[in-house]
Amino acid sequence: MTTVAHQSDAAPVDQHRDPAPASAKWRAGWRRGRQLTGVVPFFAFIVVFLVIPTLVVAVGAFAGSDGRPTLDNLSALGDGYIVDAFVRSIVLSALTAVIGAILGTLLAYALVTAKPDGILRRLVTSACGVLAQFGGVMLAFAFIATIGLSGFVTLFLQNDLGVNLYSGGVWLFDLPGLVLVYTYFQIPLMVIVFLPALDGIRPQWREATSSLGGSTWQYWRRVAMPLLAPAFLGSTLLLFANAFSAYATAAALVSQGSPIVPLQIRSALTSEVVLGHQNLGKAMALGMVVVVAIVMWLYAYLQKRTSRWLG
Amino acid sequence: MRTWIARGSVLVTVAGLALAVAACAPPTKSSDSGGSSGAASATSAADLGGMDKLVAAAKKEGQLNVIALPPDWANYGNIIKAFTTKYGIKVNSAQPDAASQDEINAANQLKGQGGVPDVFDLGSAVALKNTAMFAPYKVSTWSDVPDALKDANGDWVNDYGGYMSIGYDSSKVPAPTKVTDLLGAAYKGKVALNGDPTQAGSAFSGVVMAALGNGGSADDISKGVSFFGQLKKSGNFLPVDPTPATIESGQTPVVIDWDYLNVAQTKTLQGKINWKVVVPQNAVVGSYYVQAINKGAAHPAAARLWEEFLYSDQGQNLWLQGGARPVREDAMQKAGTIDQSAFTALPPVTGTPVFLTQDQTQTATTYLTANWAKAVS
Amino acid sequence: MAGVTARRARRQRTFRWIVVIVLGVFFLVPLFAMLMFTIREPDGHYTFETWRQFFDWPQLASTYPDLWTGMRSSGELVVLTVALMLVLLVPTVVWVRLRLPWLRRIVEFICLLPLTIPAIVLVVGLAPVYAWVTYFLGGSPMTLTFAYTVLVLPYAYRAIDAGLSGIDVKTLSEAARSLGSSWGTVMWRVVLPNIRSAVLSASFLTVALVLGEFTIASLLNRTNLQVAVELLGKSSATMSVAVSLAALVLAFILLFALSFAGRRRGHNRRPIRETS
Repeated sequence: MTTVAHQSDAAPVDQHRDPAPASAKWRAGWRRGRQLTGVVPFFAFIVVFLVIPTLVVAVGAFAGSDGRPTLDNLSALGDGYIVDAFVRSIVLSALTAVIGAILGTLLAYALVTAKPDGILRRLVTSACGVLAQFGGVMLAFAFIATIGLSGFVTLFLQNDLGVNLYSGGVWLFDLPGLVLVYTYFQIPLMVIVFLPALDGIRPQWREATSSLGGSTWQYWRRVAMPLLAPAFLGSTLLLFANAFSAYATAAALVSQGSPIVPLQIRSALTSEVVLGHQNLGKAMALGMVVVVAIVMWLYAYLQKRTSRWLG
Repeated sequence: MRTWIARGSVLVTVAGLALAVAACAPPTKSSDSGGSSGAASATSAADLGGMDKLVAAAKKEGQLNVIALPPDWANYGNIIKAFTTKYGIKVNSAQPDAASQDEINAANQLKGQGGVPDVFDLGSAVALKNTAMFAPYKVSTWSDVPDALKDANGDWVNDYGGYMSIGYDSSKVPAPTKVTDLLGAAYKGKVALNGDPTQAGSAFSGVVMAALGNGGSADDISKGVSFFGQLKKSGNFLPVDPTPATIESGQTPVVIDWDYLNVAQTKTLQGKINWKVVVPQNAVVGSYYVQAINKGAAHPAAARLWEEFLYSDQGQNLWLQGGARPVREDAMQKAGTIDQSAFTALPPVTGTPVFLTQDQTQTATTYLTANWAKAVS
Repeated sequence: MAGVTARRARRQRTFRWIVVIVLGVFFLVPLFAMLMFTIREPDGHYTFETWRQFFDWPQLASTYPDLWTGMRSSGELVVLTVALMLVLLVPTVVWVRLRLPWLRRIVEFICLLPLTIPAIVLVVGLAPVYAWVTYFLGGSPMTLTFAYTVLVLPYAYRAIDAGLSGIDVKTLSEAARSLGSSWGTVMWRVVLPNIRSAVLSASFLTVALVLGEFTIASLLNRTNLQVAVELLGKSSATMSVAVSLAALVLAFILLFALSFAGRRRGHNRRPIRETS
């Protein structure tokens, strides 16, 4: 009797302990699966149109023209003309990022001191919105029409003031010209990106400083600048990444030679003279991703620091 | 542990999917040419039962897709118009500004679609690399074309050629006779090359011409590259792509380009600018372009009819009127069917023309890739 | 204290006007030069021929067919991309907030990824993907919508996320669900009207990006507005500059007008919370 009782006792206890957790887990998993179906379209889209192209580039950089793995493309990245292109791209991006950051900050500060809903602010932010995103080809044409070889300003300087802009050679399609044209969309981008941070400065801090006897200079040096520094640096980095990745403006402006990396990639894909370099193009693309990824990682880190005070 | 397995398996699946997509091309749809399935495999008009049957099949298709044919390039504008007038077939001219590689890219990207290019007009380098994409076809005047200018199997055939020339605005600069004249002070900030030699075939040949004019040869392009380096240093070289717009506005008074393109500018700008063309003495670089039919053409009969038209006397003379030298010019001269006035209007050529072989092109390309950017920066 | 404030305000005003004027000149000179370029003949006198041709809409389609096709393609792409972006992004972000908070970091990372992968890199990898897209959907420029939606993700996500942070999605959706509405009704009639300004902002960014996109369209051999304008630049310098100027001015007027519309909608009204 006892053994039967023991046996019958043992079984029910086990049965009570397992089924609830097992079916609960199963139900929880089913529920989670159902919840995940809500985001399946988004993830499917991302996989097809973002992840797969990235992997194609990453894998292709290591593939030779016959399809087999090789490090030739990466070693070809050390060729003189490609290294030059990378250096020029980085120099161009750094220069325009710094110039854009400084001038953009001045303009953004000027906007912040104006009426928040006033006409000036609306005008300038709309203009910045247009120039930052819309540029590209149209910007290139704008500059060709301005200081191109038969541009308005060039001819004006030549005919009315006797100054030949290009006496030392045509620089519009080289690095100096690219720097000038790039600042045209870098400054507006800085305004757009940095303005929220400047908006986050509370007037109470200024009042607190002056009530404690601090001067303007001290306010800026001790209060505002340290608070704004991460946002400023982050925005500068964003400007750098933006200039580094820019293609349209340079493509429309520069027709001879490929001074910067995006144009070198175009040449690898569409050249009818140097053939079979598509995978070298992918290697260059991978190089670009590495550079931009480093910059964006720094930017994300600085963003976290910013949001602590100015969010 | 389980989440890592889950994440890992997701990543592996995605990576595998990516490689699969990258490796496989989508299956080709059967072309929607409707009815003229015989045309896709015809290797000559006889295969279809004669020219009349070919014309009928092409008219049934009703359309032709061409690519990279600017209207002012070797008179293509008029050729397209004449073809449409003669056969009533609509010609869809896509991307007139594309380069040869773009044509191949388009053919690959639009495979199986109604807009895929039917015929190609390619530089020889790109053509010889992609012969697997061509459908063999021998036009009815096949025997008139010299053997060196066609593929024995009919995969491709040269269509027109020209020599590298210097076009210039005679009211702005003195007439150059030799390539080295361009280094003179009178040409400061005025000399433009059509394209980048590492990208465009015409610019590549321009550098070869410079090499020939500076003591180099078809095997040695270095003198041409250093010539352009000198041109850049002296401030004569204009890093601008000459286009009809820049020539008309006077931005590019001296253009190094194919003679037929410069001659076309002379015609367009008659009355506005006195544009003259000269092929420099003893620096004569020639090149023929290559005509081929896309194996995956959407309108195979129309494509073949197009080729028949191009190699007929009418088509060849239209090219001649555009300043290009058609491949059948010897045969047409003998038969008296050539447009004599157009022929004599071609720029005179002194010296033996040089045509680069594939190997010479390869050597030159390798040298250019490594040294061009440095020379002109 | 009032004197100090007034002096500071005056200094700020002077600073403001100097900066705006100097930079304003810098930015307006090219626009002025574009205008002059389109109306000035080489011999010096002025003509409005280019603009007359530009405003002659019926003729524009026949004189510049590529430009016309490009304009139409870009217009259609704008509508399609805004629609796809909203359909894809808004439900996903709301759903993640409500049910899958552990996915939030991943979604955020994914949405910021296109900033790290420039368009020129993306297009290199998109070629085989688009071969399949062309196989299924044809080779028209409309298929560029998918690539454009990817490009616009970072900006749109940030706008919509900021908008959703401003309202209490959880409470709203739970209230709606408890009153018996389906998820569709929750999204369409409860959440969306409350994040109207964020959606508008995301849409503006999308419009600007799609109209200004050149890289992907050009390297995938499709025509859109920018590609058409670049092609036009090779044959007709004045017309291409005229189109560029008109497009820039139009975009500016549009953004300026919409800046009023967005603000007037007001800040998102917060749902009434419990008072205790």
